[in-house]
Amino acid sequence: MTFRVIKSGPLTTIQDSGRYGYSHFGLTEAGPMDERSFAIANRLVGNPANTAALEIALGGLTLECQQNTTIAVTGAYCPLLINGKAVALWRTQRVKRGDTIELGFAALGVRAYLAIAGGIESTQWYDSQSVVVREDLGRALEPGDVLETGKDTQVAEQQLRFADQPSLRRRATLHFVGGYQWQDIPEASRQTLLNETFTVSARNDRMGCQLDGPEIQTGIERIYSEGIAAGSIQVTGAGTPIILMRDRQTIGGYPKLGAITTQSQSVLAQLPQNSTIRFKLVTPQMAIAELRRYREHIDNLTFEPTT
Amino acid sequence: MQPTIKPAGDHSVIVYIDEVPTEQSISQLKSLVSLISEALGQQLLDTIASYQSVLVVFDPMRTDHDTVTQHIYGILQQHNNYPPVHTSSRIVRLPVYYDHSVGPDLQRIADLHQCSIEDVVTRHCMNIYNVFAIGFAPGFAYLGHVEDDIATPRLEHPRSEVAAGSVAIADHQTAIYPKASPGGWNIIGRCPSPLFQPHSRQSLPFAVGDRIQFMPISQEEFLSLGGKLDDL
Repeated sequence: MTFRVIKSGPLTTIQDSGRYGYSHFGLTEAGPMDERSFAIANRLVGNPANTAALEIALGGLTLECQQNTTIAVTGAYCPLLINGKAVALWRTQRVKRGDTIELGFAALGVRAYLAIAGGIESTQWYDSQSVVVREDLGRALEPGDVLETGKDTQVAEQQLRFADQPSLRRRATLHFVGGYQWQDIPEASRQTLLNETFTVSARNDRMGCQLDGPEIQTGIERIYSEGIAAGSIQVTGAGTPIILMRDRQTIGGYPKLGAITTQSQSVLAQLPQNSTIRFKLVTPQMAIAELRRYREHIDNLTFEPTT
Repeated sequence: MQPTIKPAGDHSVIVYIDEVPTEQSISQLKSLVSLISEALGQQLLDTIASYQSVLVVFDPMRTDHDTVTQHIYGILQQHNNYPPVHTSSRIVRLPVYYDHSVGPDLQRIADLHQCSIEDVVTRHCMNIYNVFAIGFAPGFAYLGHVEDDIATPRLEHPRSEVAAGSVAIADHQTAIYPKASPGGWNIIGRCPSPLFQPHSRQSLPFAVGDRIQFMPISQEEFLSLGGKLDDL
């Protein structure tokens, strides 16, 4: 054993890069809500980017270290204390047997990621360790749980350059591909999505993020259930947009206006309630170029030695 | 209708075979999925077939929307828009214990259609159903088409718990609840074994495009197949 959970926080789950190829069973994709912060946490501690780590929604996690190792915390800005002493995010932290690692509540952003050198060892279901509470695939961490970890990577101490750290704000412009029923809705409704401002509602979790704001009338009563892509903008009968995230259902019968890009999904994952959102339409060609740049940027990030 | 392909997300497109699902479109879903996966190989990440559409998720580092769309139009053209029915489509037979003890809505359906409970059971078993979609919850399959003579609207007040394996009707669809969950469908019987237990890494005994027929079994058979009655 390497860590014992003292306080688990509101929703802390083990996530790897997600579960792919099983949606025909109705199993959701899962994986990290903020793909960039997750990948950087892993790379900082010398793990492959898709290694299982902790996703900590809103913070509030306390761990007791049972074995010397290296960790890194990224994502939402939560105060990080080791034995009561404040230390930095976005860099490696050496921890020793008996140390207490305490992550306070998120002051900026929503989801923090804690990666451990060698990764977390846990049950795999359908080729992935990602926990999906709704599907009975594991559960959220609870006090008393023990985390087993893989072989230490012996990584050198390093940190992400300040310029590469995200600026966490309470507003964002989300890029989306117009798709699904986008061409079938009235022009005025398309203009509503393109020109109005929306806010993140209280109904916002790993499944989806419901938005408050003007109603979007689709004029479409019902469609036959169809496969839901990550980031899909679904509109309910009442005209409320919901952006479907990592733990979304695989199929659904509400009309959809397209999907926000992968990069925008990571941005949305860090927007707390009441944050303001605008939408920007991009072509599929622009969206895929953005996605490639984004993935290459993550893969090619280099770190600097800690100062 | 000509099939159409639209963008879905930043690395996915959706293929609509037809405007509404038909016996023909459902029979094509399985073959279209296998032709797409042959054509795309490593470029394909996932597919979701449902009613008359297939969502195709591809690897953005290896291909793009335009290339994938052209590939799929090519496949459809090669087959005059009607890919042949997949040879592996099959009829899966599932045992069901139909009884008021595990099917609390049998009487409601019988009353609505002014027939006996036996008639409801016979009508439900006579039909062979298409698997139109799998989703909502893992392993939850939407089966159709339920004939008018037993089609019944959802309950006004959904139950807070429906037992795993429950066989149910909502309008012209029927389904089996893979696990205990809240539900508003009319419950008419129960399958003896859970069809899908994700934590046991079990596979699902059918896919979208397969067909299903229900076989009535006695309480004795239900219990011997591992079925569980509610504690009274």
